[in-house]
Amino acid sequence: MSDKELWPEGVQRCSLKLFIAWLAVIFAVLAWGVYAAYVVWAGGLIVTGMDNYFAFGLYIIFDLAVIALGAGAFFSGLLYYLVRVEGLKNIINLAVIIGFICYSGALLILTLEVGQPLRAWFGFWHPNVHSMLTEVIFCITCYMLVLTIEFIPIILENRKLNKIKFLHHMAHNFHVIMPLFAGVGAFLSFFHQGSLGGMYGVLFSRPYAFREGFFIWPWTFFLFILSAVASGPGFTMLVATLMEKMTGRKLVDFSVKALMGKISGTMLAIYLVFKYLDTWAWATGILPRSGLTFSEVFYGVAYGKWLLFSELVVFGLFPAVLLLYSKTRNTPWILYSACTMVGIGVIINRYVQTAQTLAHPVMPFDRWYVYVPTWAEWAPSLAVIAYGALILSLAYRYLPVFPQERKLNQA
Amino acid sequence: MVLYLKEFKIKWGMVIDLDRCTGCGACMVACQAENNIAPPVDASDKRYSLTWMLVYQLSNKQPYPNHDVAYMPRPCLQCGKPNCVPVCPVIATDKNQEGGIVSQVNARCIGCRYCMAACPYHARYFNWQDPVWPEGMEKTLTPDVSTRPRGVVEKCLFCHHRYMYARDKARIEGRDPNALNEGDYIPACVEMCPTGAMVFGDLENPEHKVHKLSKSPYAFRLLERLNTKPQVYYYSKREWVRKQGDNYLEHETVGGV
Repeated sequence: MSDKELWPEGVQRCSLKLFIAWLAVIFAVLAWGVYAAYVVWAGGLIVTGMDNYFAFGLYIIFDLAVIALGAGAFFSGLLYYLVRVEGLKNIINLAVIIGFICYSGALLILTLEVGQPLRAWFGFWHPNVHSMLTEVIFCITCYMLVLTIEFIPIILENRKLNKIKFLHHMAHNFHVIMPLFAGVGAFLSFFHQGSLGGMYGVLFSRPYAFREGFFIWPWTFFLFILSAVASGPGFTMLVATLMEKMTGRKLVDFSVKALMGKISGTMLAIYLVFKYLDTWAWATGILPRSGLTFSEVFYGVAYGKWLLFSELVVFGLFPAVLLLYSKTRNTPWILYSACTMVGIGVIINRYVQTAQTLAHPVMPFDRWYVYVPTWAEWAPSLAVIAYGALILSLAYRYLPVFPQERKLNQA
Repeated sequence: MVLYLKEFKIKWGMVIDLDRCTGCGACMVACQAENNIAPPVDASDKRYSLTWMLVYQLSNKQPYPNHDVAYMPRPCLQCGKPNCVPVCPVIATDKNQEGGIVSQVNARCIGCRYCMAACPYHARYFNWQDPVWPEGMEKTLTPDVSTRPRGVVEKCLFCHHRYMYARDKARIEGRDPNALNEGDYIPACVEMCPTGAMVFGDLENPEHKVHKLSKSPYAFRLLERLNTKPQVYYYSKREWVRKQGDNYLEHETVGGV
């Protein structure tokens, strides 16, 4: 028994049995997540680690992190279709699929996060134009639509589907108009990545998160965009590398990976300049104006200064140098390590912006609390990762995701 | 929407004398009963309980015999510039009605809890569980206060239904509903306070006691420097109490006398 006829032309895949065994592992994790979703919907958010103090928890941290890591889709698309960076042609399909997974996964988690999921459409029907969250709701949904449109031609290029004349022409025409969608996607993504940062920056009565305005936006708006485009391309490259390790096949030429690393490093360096300025302005301006000292906004291990140091130096400055310097960037293990570090840095940033902002006692007689997520929060998050693995596994097996695969694996 | 300080001709507000408050909790009980807040499933877990009116204990942190405590009742402060309003994605909360009370529309709220994240006073509460009243207790519900389902955010509204009663009564009596006398409208917590620590009225009306009290050098507002402009004032002649109303750096001095 084989499904060879569905594989892209001229490639090798594992046996169907092995593939089904792999899918079984994925489905086991997915089932756990679906059960957790049922528990949350049936029992309410009381089953999570969130409470009156922590309005946001792992769901939001996870959403912010995957949306940042999924930024490879819009930024690579922007560079390939609009700036014409030709080397990205060989990884753009993967970037789109990862973007699709990250955004659809984030939306799935959001259905658990809101207390009244059946009213989620109110965001469109009764929008508050002043709310950064409204902008996020609109842009994420629209961008999800764009990512779906970008994913469709890749699906239609399946060997069997492509033999159907109508679908073949449809895929071709989708490709022709793709620069338009890349542009729309970049515009939408720019705004919602920014609005996610703006969501925290406008909290003028939460001194840990509040930032001054640049035009109508707090500057966290721009910091979130920059940190996302710094981590996204590197993450896409890492997924490609992980797939290579798992399948034992070369999928993307190293020069393409190094290019993704260079993009990540450059954007990270630009981000860090502004992030350092932001941290300085926050520590010497916003905090003292609120009657707080730098030390007062850190607490224990969960919200310690080590997080700031890790984010800005260990997982910031250090990988930026490694990625900017061509010798280290062109050494595979250093490239992979550096991009992993960039990803960890952005996750720390999303964690502190969410959890530390809420944990920090603003009233002088209040106290710090530590947020600990429960299994009902971990399970759906892991399920989204499993969902990503499922989409990627199916896409790798049945769709021509990697244009270089045949050439790179010729004996 | 309030992105700037919105001015009202009538501004309902409260002045709470912290030197009179004994921390008895009568205001909390009155609030729970008046506003149909269901008994908590586990009252020991304070981080899931709904306490629109919460009494904090403040301490001067001095050793005996100089030790001193104060109790600070905290309703929703009905900020003049509320952070919760502009962040709500669905306009479930707003500050647009004469009187300056920050509203909350339960049927509109999607439960995103962004308003909770925005409020530094923890004055907003999420319904973590379905409200369940013990058999018979449902007969004690206030008919003009809607009960809230699980999954929405709720908050103190200065017993807004009492405001509506007072306006209706004034209309029936042939008086101007926009010129209520002092005492025509007071929230349940103020009515129940046994020491008279809580005074309620129109902050803009010189004939109301709160107007004068709010101008006192002993009056202060919580987290004044964050510029949320609360309509609830606190009052204390003790400097350390006033000092705990906001964060002060070592070199800074507290307001008042």
